[in-house]
Amino acid sequence: MKAVIVQELERSYDKVEALKGISFEVDQGEIFGIIGPDGAGKTTLFRILTTLLLADSGFASVDGNEVVKDYKSIRKKIGYMPGRFSLYQDLTVEENLKIFASIFKTTIEENYHLIKDIYQQIEPFKKRKAGALSGGMKQKLALSCALIHKPVVLFLDEPTTGVDPVSRKEFWDMLDKLKHQGITILVSTPYMDEASLCNRIGLIQDGNFLKIDTPENIINQYENVLLAAQSNQMSKLLKDLRTEEDINTCFAFGDSHHITIKKESLAENGGNFSIDKLTMDLSNKGHKDIHIEPIKAGIEDCFMELAK
Amino acid sequence: MRQFLIFTQKEFFHIFRDRWTMMMLLALPIAMIILFGFGITTEIKNTRFAIYDPSRDVATQGIVNTMEKNEYFTLEGYVENPDQIETIFKEGKIGLLVVFSEGFYENLVHTGDAQVQLIADGTDPNTASTITNYATNIIAGYQLELLKIGEIPFQITPEVKLLYNPTMKSAYNIVPGVIGMVLMLICAMMTSVSMAKEKELGTMEVILVSPMPPILIVISKVIPYFVISIVNLMNVLALAVFVLEVPIVGNFFLLVFVSLLFIFVALALGLLISTMVETQLVALLLSVVGLLMPVIMLSGLMFPIENMPIILQYVAQLIPAKWYITAMRDVMIKGLGFTSIIKEVAVLSIMALVLITISLKKFKIRLE
Repeated sequence: MKAVIVQELERSYDKVEALKGISFEVDQGEIFGIIGPDGAGKTTLFRILTTLLLADSGFASVDGNEVVKDYKSIRKKIGYMPGRFSLYQDLTVEENLKIFASIFKTTIEENYHLIKDIYQQIEPFKKRKAGALSGGMKQKLALSCALIHKPVVLFLDEPTTGVDPVSRKEFWDMLDKLKHQGITILVSTPYMDEASLCNRIGLIQDGNFLKIDTPENIINQYENVLLAAQSNQMSKLLKDLRTEEDINTCFAFGDSHHITIKKESLAENGGNFSIDKLTMDLSNKGHKDIHIEPIKAGIEDCFMELAK
Repeated sequence: MRQFLIFTQKEFFHIFRDRWTMMMLLALPIAMIILFGFGITTEIKNTRFAIYDPSRDVATQGIVNTMEKNEYFTLEGYVENPDQIETIFKEGKIGLLVVFSEGFYENLVHTGDAQVQLIADGTDPNTASTITNYATNIIAGYQLELLKIGEIPFQITPEVKLLYNPTMKSAYNIVPGVIGMVLMLICAMMTSVSMAKEKELGTMEVILVSPMPPILIVISKVIPYFVISIVNLMNVLALAVFVLEVPIVGNFFLLVFVSLLFIFVALALGLLISTMVETQLVALLLSVVGLLMPVIMLSGLMFPIENMPIILQYVAQLIPAKWYITAMRDVMIKGLGFTSIIKEVAVLSIMALVLITISLKKFKIRLE
């Protein structure tokens, strides 16, 4: 049995179509990442699957239970961590955990082994109010609360947004451990670099999936020639590159610009593009310290290509 | 059961840990009853008055002395000339001028018809009519004294008597009203605000995705405010009896019973509001504008319902506090039994039932 089944799910708010008939399936015990920019429909999808919203049409089930009809049984066995910190800020760390344990009719002691790795890190602060925790610690507490009843499927809506890089890494390590305990995890994120940590990902934009596959397959299917370019005037470089006739797309990526070359311009297709020619062009336009090299595509490059 | 108890405990934590919520819940009712009982009063004490008295005889002196002795009046002085009358009012020194006719005592003894004119500042008609009423009573009282001595052969004096509140203390009217207001404020406003807070902070989202039945969420939310309301009711009643000296004439348990019924109505109203709003601010505004204002304006607490335009009289019938205040006055001040307030109890019961049904029906098991 699939952990999650979604078929032709549609949902609109007034005039905005948040989900335009998406379908996918999640296997048991895998980490499935839903990756896309803000406003792509990630939260709407999560809310439908966690029985908080009703879809306009389509079918969805979680662990064999239909989300509308069997919402009560779904609520018993899933863990849900919403996008923003949603615990009681005026209660202490321990009290929050106790409340969530008790509303799921369990106790902290009973399932302590499940949250031990995570909770141990915040246990020294268990008498502190949840509102006074740092961003990373809040996420750990929220994850502990979502896990305390040993859910079958865990829904994490942008759990690492606004969290520092070290805590983000720790968080993903924890997800990996949870996966090995047999918990299916559905996680959404706007950070493309987190995609490679999932078993499979779905790239979502404007309420549609662009592609669903393993991160490796998505990267391997990238066909373009991809170059990274740097010079002493990065913003001028972006404009200049975009006017180059051989260049198909050019995006700013951190400390370099990623560019793709038009197919017909490549030497193998009879074109006359070469890195040396481009370097020459750019230095004629006043750029110095030009550095251009071929690179391997990342998920973000694939997303840009697919989202065109 | 355990989940319910822990959830209720959580609600108490929310209240106890927020100093301002605590202040609002426990200190505000006390401040309100003291303010309304002492500060905002329709009694007029220490009104300064002046006398224009061309007669200056035994009778006028007697009346002036009696008025001076009264706690409501303080003598400002004598006006020598009728031309001064307007000036002295314009200066705002006095609230009442007593003008005696010439040869007052002689007229009183011989013809039995002596004239006193009472002039008051009509810019505030309520105050003016209250002051002149007081003065008329004092003069009538003096007349009565004369009659006993037997100097005047025959005189009919109309006597006005105020039942249940012989001294016209406004606290008698205020106490039931303030209790109504306080209970409405705490139950309805605080319940709706605390429910809206869960939605606003996103905690409702997490709680909904749990096996906790919505009805338990609602009940555990309401219980702390129910308990605090009862504490407040006792506080306010104690203050009313021991500080404002308003006696509880009727049956105490009947009083508590009617109050509990009203608390139910108010809690149900709070729940209804919380099903309609998403943010604390809107919940607060709706509670104040939609609940508190009608309680103050239309329940008969401030203005008699009988004097309102017909439409507002009908609207007033829909306000739970109106029925509660009526019942409270009947039981607390008049000392009437259950049979006299059956109508009020019935109306409040129906309101509670209807409101609870609607709000439970409207309670969202999802986010929208």
